[in-house]
Amino acid sequence: MKLKNKWPKYYKKDVVTHYCPGCGHGIVHRLVAELMEELDVGKRAICVNPAGCAVLAYKYFDIDMLESAHGRGTAMATGIKRARPDLFVFTYQGDGDLSAIGTAETIHSANRGEHISVIFINNAVYGMTGGQMAPTTLLGMKTTTTPSGRNPGYDGYPLHITDVVATFPGVIYAERVAVDGPAGIQKTKRAIRNAFQTQIDGLGYSIVEVLSACPTNWKMTPAQSFKWITEVMTTEFPLGVLADRRKKG
Amino acid sequence: MNKVFMSGNHAFAEAAIRAGCKCYFGYPITPQNELGEYMAEHLPAAGGVFVQSESETAAINMLIGASATGARAMTSSSSPGISLKQEGISFLAGFELPGVIINVMRGGPGLGNIAPAQGDYFQATRGGGHGDYRTPVFAPATVQEIVDLTHNAFDVADNYRTPVMILGDGMMGQMKEPVVLPEKVKAQKEKEWALKGRGNGPSRYMASLILDTLEMEKHNWKLVRKYKEIEKNETRYEEYCMDDAEIAAVAYGTTARIAKGAIKRLRKDGIRAGLIRPITLWPFPTAIIRETAKRVKKMVVFEMSTGQMVEDVNLAVLGEIPVQFHGRPGGVVPTPVEFSRIIYREYEMIKKKSS
Repeated sequence: MKLKNKWPKYYKKDVVTHYCPGCGHGIVHRLVAELMEELDVGKRAICVNPAGCAVLAYKYFDIDMLESAHGRGTAMATGIKRARPDLFVFTYQGDGDLSAIGTAETIHSANRGEHISVIFINNAVYGMTGGQMAPTTLLGMKTTTTPSGRNPGYDGYPLHITDVVATFPGVIYAERVAVDGPAGIQKTKRAIRNAFQTQIDGLGYSIVEVLSACPTNWKMTPAQSFKWITEVMTTEFPLGVLADRRKKG
Repeated sequence: MNKVFMSGNHAFAEAAIRAGCKCYFGYPITPQNELGEYMAEHLPAAGGVFVQSESETAAINMLIGASATGARAMTSSSSPGISLKQEGISFLAGFELPGVIINVMRGGPGLGNIAPAQGDYFQATRGGGHGDYRTPVFAPATVQEIVDLTHNAFDVADNYRTPVMILGDGMMGQMKEPVVLPEKVKAQKEKEWALKGRGNGPSRYMASLILDTLEMEKHNWKLVRKYKEIEKNETRYEEYCMDDAEIAAVAYGTTARIAKGAIKRLRKDGIRAGLIRPITLWPFPTAIIRETAKRVKKMVVFEMSTGQMVEDVNLAVLGEIPVQFHGRPGGVVPTPVEFSRIIYREYEMIKKKSS
């Protein structure tokens, strides 16, 4: 069998990544770029990128992009989609962005059933600012702001925001996946495809939460990080389809 | 021309629809609720989009999204809500995106009250949000002017690619006056910079993040060049009874109306008082005030605040003549009699000095 590395049409060429070795962003970027091409939406797509590590996503995605203030991505996406319903609009957000500072925007864009797709990268820490506690930080997990581990009595519990929005009737598709190996990557691509197809079919809001490695701030090797997602992170954040309200043909 | 009887809040909305505003995003807050309600009823009928947002912050960010696609977009609020919008206004300035923001001011700080006030002058004219930028600020004093300035604000916003704020107050929003409405704008200029999906062309991005300090500095100076253009072309003011005035009142919006009433009374008694009314608060009509300071003996600044615009008047006058301030903060609306007494008192003092 001959393997061919086909460069996705909507991924910029000749760029050097700023993401750390083993980071999940690069993988998910690639999947999104492939799907832009496979679903033929790249020409009419606008991606709203967050504050955080993926603020530089416009360096990689070869589609129209709008940067958002921290947490406001789904509000901006609402404005884009309402002004131009013919465009394909998705946000790409991290856990701090989407489930801390942007919680209100996340909840209400989902509850309004905005016709947008949300790619939610959950790596359980604030990556760009240097590994502080996120709402998604696991109990006992050490971060720079929970030096002796996250203590639920003091710091609260990991927030399962995708489970929350999955209960809303306006949320058509919600799934949690993990980029923790080849199988996980394939499942992630399938989930994002379902989410994007939901918008293409005019059905409404979709969200995919991707458990993703941050070896730098987890202070692990990439291999250890992937293993940690599979063995530890998924026990707090179980994988699977959380909502599927697409009409079955 | 047909006149219609309209409240200020409805006039903001109707003028925006006629200016081709396609998207309105807002959150309820008194004393400007009628504006959003009018939009909910009339904007979708005019082919536009009304969304009641979950917060002021969300509303301004929805505006950013709509504006990025090239749509004319507006949001409105009152003082506490405008504070929440400042993050987004800073981003609009950074992205160089147009947008119209209405502030129907009320008493503050904090929740304050729901009565008319002018305490947001500093916030409006100094940028308001973080970073190095300015926002053109229009201050209407009649419902007709609300219509005209709102209509024009969309052009100014598009021409300079900048957020524009219209600074009214509870009195402006709630009062009703007969107005002549403009024709609906039929065609708008194509916005080449707007994000529309890349199509077959190159992809584009809008970012306010400029990590390279020298590039960021370049962007800051580029904005300044734009602000200089706005200062040159858009500074507006009205002079009232200024030809032979010996004492000049300076006031904007509601207080300017009241000051006009005061001057009318004083003129009947032969007092040579006049009014300079800034219509744009930024850019501030510094030149006319500086010129006037050379020929009048005193200026009296009236505001429904503890004294904010008076600083700009002082910067214009540069110590040439005395500047007296009279303010009524907290939602208190002063009367023409009150202002006429102040002007008369100051006028008498000038006369005593010169005799």
